[in-house]
Amino acid sequence: MTREIDVKEITDAVKEMSIEANTVAGCDLRKALAVSLEKEESPLGKAVLRQLLENQKIAEEEKIPICQDTGFTVIYMEIGMDVRFTDGSLTDAVNRGVREGYSEGFLRKSIVRDPLTNPVNTGDNTPAIIHTDLVSGSSVKITLMPKGGGAENMSRIKMMKPSDGVRGVRDFILETVSLAGGNPCPPIIIGVGVGGTFDYVAYLAKRSLLRKIGERNRDPELAALEKSFLIEVNKLGIGPGGVGGRITALDLFLEVFPRHIATFPVAVNIQCNAARVKTRLL
Amino acid sequence: MGKPVKRVEAPLTESVIKLLRTGDEVLLSGTIYTARDMAHARLVKMIKAKDKLPFEAEGSVIYYVGPSPARAGRVIGSAGPTTSYRMDSFVSSMFDAGMKGMIGKGSRSEEVKKLIKENCGIYFGATGGAAALISGSIVESEIVAFSELGTEAVRRLKVINLPLLVVNDCYGGDLYTEGVEQYRRL
Repeated sequence: MTREIDVKEITDAVKEMSIEANTVAGCDLRKALAVSLEKEESPLGKAVLRQLLENQKIAEEEKIPICQDTGFTVIYMEIGMDVRFTDGSLTDAVNRGVREGYSEGFLRKSIVRDPLTNPVNTGDNTPAIIHTDLVSGSSVKITLMPKGGGAENMSRIKMMKPSDGVRGVRDFILETVSLAGGNPCPPIIIGVGVGGTFDYVAYLAKRSLLRKIGERNRDPELAALEKSFLIEVNKLGIGPGGVGGRITALDLFLEVFPRHIATFPVAVNIQCNAARVKTRLL
Repeated sequence: MGKPVKRVEAPLTESVIKLLRTGDEVLLSGTIYTARDMAHARLVKMIKAKDKLPFEAEGSVIYYVGPSPARAGRVIGSAGPTTSYRMDSFVSSMFDAGMKGMIGKGSRSEEVKKLIKENCGIYFGATGGAAALISGSIVESEIVAFSELGTEAVRRLKVINLPLLVVNDCYGGDLYTEGVEQYRRL
């Protein structure tokens, strides 16, 4: 059975999700920061965590953004193959939702049109980055992640050698987090992609950041690696705000894909302490 | 720890800066100015052309921030710090123009740390991600230059008890280096 969905429903969903994601922190993030406050030993680190928790409360109560950088709007859509969109283009509908959400929600517009030769602000935070997947069924799952620039800037990709193995991945993660220091607003969340191609490994790393904090990879071996990498990252001493402390990262997610026998791509996408993800099923 | 929080007035004087040490918690009140990437490029062009700056630069504190738009009835939107290293190449000219303090997040280049010492300046860290909380310390906001840059315009802010940490003091101290050394176990 074909199910018709008016693209206006997509626009409305994206608009509402943009505002909600940017003003209401997820339960997993709140809980993770509260637990971190108990674990953190550094007095200045604790002070930073207290500010972040208080900040989430203020943002929600006063309906203002958790962070002034309301990000590049990254959108993932899982579209059921029995769905037929009516009344216009899906891409236009998504961008209209971003435009309306960022205007009505008083969110910052951070996108410039021509990145190289004429960087003038588009004025409405469009275009969004849109990823679509076709799946079975007749529903549409939309996930929206506003991604801030500061943490994105600290992300890295490396085409390693197959012989570098697990140790190489570990070293690259630790090096990336060390180089980032306090820049990406720790405590951070670390998305790691391994395998695929040069472009796909970055997609894997970013996509891993859609997980809830504490949600482990389904593969027990990869789940164990996530845990051990996170423990090592938290020995770096960077701490909340980069002022020194135990809690440098709240979590680390690993996503993998088959690779070519000659290649070993690894990507580390850093997420800030204002990790914002909203999902809706239509 | 357990040190008292220091109350500081902006614009800054050298005698005040000399009382501040890396790791101090500070509540800053007074008048400060916002500038980030695009505004800095323009300001430094003006400084090099010996043009008059659109604000009183002597003793000034520059806050690296691009606020979100203000809702009706609010002074400003959320207004947390942006990453400071992107402004490192502009610091020398800004000191030449009279700037004394900077507010941002993240570490500075060795060159900037040296300039801070040489110019008896100071670099404060604000908590990245605490943008809604910080906006509560801002009681007035007015665009003084480059309004066409939107969020990147230069704003005069009146702040009361803006919560900051001293990252780089005028004696060469660096909170990020010292803090990480203290807690590193790898």
